[in-house]
Amino acid sequence: MNCREFVEFLMEYLDGGLNDAERSVFEGHIDACPQCVNYLDSYRETVRLGQTVCESEDQVPDSVPDDLVRAILAARNA
Amino acid sequence: MSDGAASTTDDLALIERLRTGDDAAYEEMIRLHGGRMLAVARRFLRVEEDARDAVQEAFVSAFKSIDRFQGQARLSTWLHRIVVNACLMRLRTRRRKPEQSIEDLLPGYLEDGHLERPASPWRPETADPAERSELRKLVLESIQQLPEGYRNVLMLRDIEDLDTEETAEQMGISPGAVKTRLHRARQALRELLEPHLREAVA
Repeated sequence: MNCREFVEFLMEYLDGGLNDAERSVFEGHIDACPQCVNYLDSYRETVRLGQTVCESEDQVPDSVPDDLVRAILAARNA
Repeated sequence: MSDGAASTTDDLALIERLRTGDDAAYEEMIRLHGGRMLAVARRFLRVEEDARDAVQEAFVSAFKSIDRFQGQARLSTWLHRIVVNACLMRLRTRRRKPEQSIEDLLPGYLEDGHLERPASPWRPETADPAERSELRKLVLESIQQLPEGYRNVLMLRDIEDLDTEETAEQMGISPGAVKTRLHRARQALRELLEPHLREAVA
């Protein structure tokens, strides 16, 4: 396995979609290639950052502007 | 955000009031859920007026189909799906620019299959709230740089927390295409973030 193939199968590996034989080849590359370890870590971090990017606003949801509330109620009755 | 749990008793009580035509219940539903829906619409549409219109459309559509709400999902999850759908419809009807290629944002390889630009270790995330907020801003701005078909898949899967099947349905593409686009979008996002996040060389 080379780095291109490693990157290609990365998401399936993280999703647990590789079979035993494929996973063992994949993990063999991890042991042999520090570059791909960096790639794997930063890919994981990218996913995590995407997933947490809206955390703060979810904790304190924006309120709905009053004029929007009125517009929605008016549209409902239209 | 979408935990797939069944409706709460509060949800069911509110729905019951909506079904009996209790006007106050409509306003209560908008005030309870509208803020989060507006935040979703702002992420997708980025133009305040469009985001408000999408939220309005979503509520009107939800009110119309309230009798179809079965209670297997949380009301918030159901409304979340509806506003995501309203946003995607709106994006589809916007004047289409030719889809930009994602190839330029994907990692390059040498002939022997090694990465053209070696991947660097990234620095750990800081605990400083100001820096964390800057980082979130950077991530959102970088997501906006992705071509639309990839950006939408990444937002639906990684931010809005839809599963592959739901994303495929919302986007009108196959589950296989969702997986391919998601992986490419994440690779492209990683490339965009790398110059900002790699550890400084001592």
